Amino acid sequence: MAHPFVRGARDTLPLMPGDIPAGLVYGVAARSAGLPPWLAQAMSAVIFAGSAQFAVVALAATGASAGVIVLTAALLNLRHMLYGASLAPFLRDAPRRWKIVLAYLLTDETYGVVIGRLAPMSQSDRLRYILGSGLTLWICWQGSTLIGVVIGSEVPASLSLDFAATLTFVVLLVPLLTERARVGAAVAAALVAVVAFNAPLRLGLIIATLAGVAVGLVTDWRKKPASAARSDEITAGISLSSPPAQVDDADHDEQLVKEV
Amino acid sequence: MSSATLLALTISIIAIGLLTFLMRLAFLWSSSRSLLPPNIEQALRFVPPAVLTALIVPNLLRQSGFFIPSIDIARLIAALVALVVAWRTRRIVVTLALGMATLWLLTFLRL
Repeated sequence: MAHPFVRGARDTLPLMPGDIPAGLVYGVAARSAGLPPWLAQAMSAVIFAGSAQFAVVALAATGASAGVIVLTAALLNLRHMLYGASLAPFLRDAPRRWKIVLAYLLTDETYGVVIGRLAPMSQSDRLRYILGSGLTLWICWQGSTLIGVVIGSEVPASLSLDFAATLTFVVLLVPLLTERARVGAAVAAALVAVVAFNAPLRLGLIIATLAGVAVGLVTDWRKKPASAARSDEITAGISLSSPPAQVDDADHDEQLVKEV
Repeated sequence: MSSATLLALTISIIAIGLLTFLMRLAFLWSSSRSLLPPNIEQALRFVPPAVLTALIVPNLLRQSGFFIPSIDIARLIAALVALVVAWRTRRIVVTLALGMATLWLLTFLRL
């Protein structure tokens, strides 16, 4: 079996068709908004969160105040607290220098890639697996935004390459839909995402997520009274369980089939 | 961009970077179990399916000018194809290939 760092990197590569065009487009957009090249590129390293970076560029272009820019980006990145909390049980005993590095590298993509696959790993494998995923994404993001900043050329919009990211989220979602409460959470999030589509600041993302979590909890709670839920069950649940791992790894097809 | 604007923007970006890092680190930092109440931990089980769905759905919609957006039919069908393929194969590359091929075909047919 490959080193966990290599597996983390390999499991992240399929997200590149979605991320690299986004990085290119960000670089181009930042330049056309009037940001100097060094600042456009530094933002990728300092913030390292695509949606927040796009928001900063859009707001800077319209002359928004510093306060509005900071608040908007912070709201957009609130979800990272949830990712951190969701990962925490897997990294409880990790050295703090590792936690600092992995926190910096924590993104939507890396969270989505790793969360379903950590449960069977040892603590040290988990750290290296997440590092492999996060660093792969970091290098691709810095590289693609740099090319966008320098060249300033456009990715043909007609190819709709941004849609590859959406399809990647579909692949990550499917294995999670193993129990009724999780399906309920997804359906509720979908409905609210439609209704909240026009909400400002991309707040729809946060509202739909909270609605999904609420419906998931209610569905779960109606099935079995809260008193019956033992804490070890809950912890097991966080491992997100579901036939996780190695979505694209033939070595594990057998295991997946069993779990399905 | 004036130098004052540039300075304000640079400071804003540094502030956002620090805030984002602290939000990412907040719950990872402590090694104590008691940090998260059990009901919060239970709620977290539903964050991944909810947030992934909330990330997917807006990309299948477009502005309609009304309160409720209209559906981008080509993208919706491509996503449903991807859903079925992902369900059957659980392979990212196969799903991406068939999903994008579906979208390009439907776009080509001007659906």
